[in-house]
Amino acid sequence: MIWFVAKRLLAAVPTLVAVLTVVFIIVRIVPGDPALVILGDQATAEATEALRARLGTDRPMLVQYWSFVTNALTGDFGSSLVTGRPIIEEVGAVLPHTIDLTLASMVLGVVVGVPVGIWAALRRNGAVDIAARLLSLLGLSFPVFVSGIYLLLLFGLHWRLFPVIGNADLSDFGDRLHKVVLPAVALGLTMAAYITRVTRSAMLHSLGEDYIRTARAKGVPWRRVVWVHGLRNASLPVVTVVGLYVGILIGNSVLTEIVFNRPGLGKIIVGALNQRDYTMLQGLMVIYCFLIVVVNLVTDLLYGVMDPRVKQA
Amino acid sequence: MMSGTPALEVNDLRTEFRIAGTWHAAVRGVSFTLARDETLALVGESGCGKSVTALSIMGLVQPPQGRVAGGQIRLDGRDVAGLPEKQWEKLRGDRIGMVFQEPMTSLNPVMTVGDQVAEALVIHKGLSRSAALERARALFDEVKIPSAAARLGEYPHQFSGGMRQRVMIAMALACEPAVLLADEPTTALDVTIQAQVLGLLADLKSRHGMAVLFITHNLGVVAQIADRVAVMYAGQIVEEGPVAAIFARPAHPYTRALFAAIPRLDQPEQALAAIPGRVPSLDAMPIGCAFAARCEERRAGCEAPQVLAHVGKAHRARCHVATVATAFEAEDTAIHDIR
Repeated sequence: MIWFVAKRLLAAVPTLVAVLTVVFIIVRIVPGDPALVILGDQATAEATEALRARLGTDRPMLVQYWSFVTNALTGDFGSSLVTGRPIIEEVGAVLPHTIDLTLASMVLGVVVGVPVGIWAALRRNGAVDIAARLLSLLGLSFPVFVSGIYLLLLFGLHWRLFPVIGNADLSDFGDRLHKVVLPAVALGLTMAAYITRVTRSAMLHSLGEDYIRTARAKGVPWRRVVWVHGLRNASLPVVTVVGLYVGILIGNSVLTEIVFNRPGLGKIIVGALNQRDYTMLQGLMVIYCFLIVVVNLVTDLLYGVMDPRVKQA
Repeated sequence: MMSGTPALEVNDLRTEFRIAGTWHAAVRGVSFTLARDETLALVGESGCGKSVTALSIMGLVQPPQGRVAGGQIRLDGRDVAGLPEKQWEKLRGDRIGMVFQEPMTSLNPVMTVGDQVAEALVIHKGLSRSAALERARALFDEVKIPSAAARLGEYPHQFSGGMRQRVMIAMALACEPAVLLADEPTTALDVTIQAQVLGLLADLKSRHGMAVLFITHNLGVVAQIADRVAVMYAGQIVEEGPVAAIFARPAHPYTRALFAAIPRLDQPEQALAAIPGRVPSLDAMPIGCAFAARCEERRAGCEAPQVLAHVGKAHRARCHVATVATAFEAEDTAIHDIR
């Protein structure tokens, strides 16, 4: 097991370096000298030169690349051009909000999607199954910015159950929970729909397998056949999809944060775009990619825990 | 053979499946008895209803796809056909066990083999997990899995096909059932492993005094392990008798065709014999003999319904030609010729 974890951790390093390389290249490919963009047309040559020296863009490409990669791997992404504060600090201040949102949406997606998917599979082509399929289709076709606005109109303005502005006090768990409900529902809806479908088909697949017949021939009660023999095998594809979908959640959280006016990575990234804060953008891109690499790593490790065949491979 | 209640008695079993909204019978009035410490081989080509018969006896043919539409299944004298599912769950794996054909897919890939064997003991015997695992270790020894204790904690993918089938056998035997149904347990194994598993099954049968229903299409296997043989065709038993009688004097043309289809080592350059035609489909079953369309001895009378009649002592065939030609009068004919 330890060897398996170590192998997966090691395999993540080249991925991270590749991510850094791509981000580095993208930022350099964009036309225009960052110093000129920041200072504008009226800048003197000395001022431009001074800014280039401060940004480090006057150094040779390879030197820039090396310092970018080594700094990033040690957690140093530079400082914001606008506020002058280290990017890691800026991100750290709002990251809990984004994590709250992503985690809450994920939990919602799993808690709703898995049981509904199982239920639908057990009632294949019955009323529950058809309802679940229709509702999940609806859930899949609602973008966050549409469902979010409806939720705000209904539960924020009409019934006034939840706040319209989601700036939660991080030290107050109740407040965080209260303010994350609507955005999490908006963001988690699609995931729940998706997980329902995947769970349903994975369950149908696993319940049709020979080992289910074996379990029944042993006299295992049906409930246990479903929840132990069926679900444990069906959970492998579900975990994969949850892992993949958390990546999408992190991306979609940008939209959600804007619709619900929540602080978070999404708000910073839009701010950085508007203010041409290019070091900030570069740092955020890397941090987003790191998050996704971490999620994939966790999925991989979970897979190893759940499926004994994976560790062998 | 007639002493006491048979371990398993199947009487006029009818099992149906729903195809495009209509029920069609896959098993049509199958009857047989199985005594303790006896092996009955159920023989026939693919799709003749052997496996469906076994699954019906296990109570595993269930709506909406299929149903047991008629007949009795007596386990130790008690009719279990039509029992509610809760009662079936108590019988399956406890009084009646089953070994399946596909050892590669019949074990749960994410559960250790030890837990899979122990599961039946926990459910039926109320053992604790550790006591059940200890018993599973003893069972592994009994089915001759080397270093049993160490292998309990391993997963099915770490086992070869033959070893997996031993695990399946251990699982089916865990609660010492009175009846073991073995559905082509050696078909997926290579020949040497097949011989070992057959030897093991025969040994376990006599040690536990089990009644074994052995389903196979391999007549060589039948000769090796069976006491009696029942040949199935298109959902019916067409011939039944002691293994020696059937091998010496197969009465039904279908049984003879099966024997003729065995390739022989002593005849070079032989063409493989095949039975022309195919089994009638479920929705086009004739009223008379189901084999008539493929039969070389077809004649007038074949289109009428056929009955199992004696051709020898305890040897019966469902063919008016065979039973008239031999015209055998057994002393116990009157008692046994119910249908």
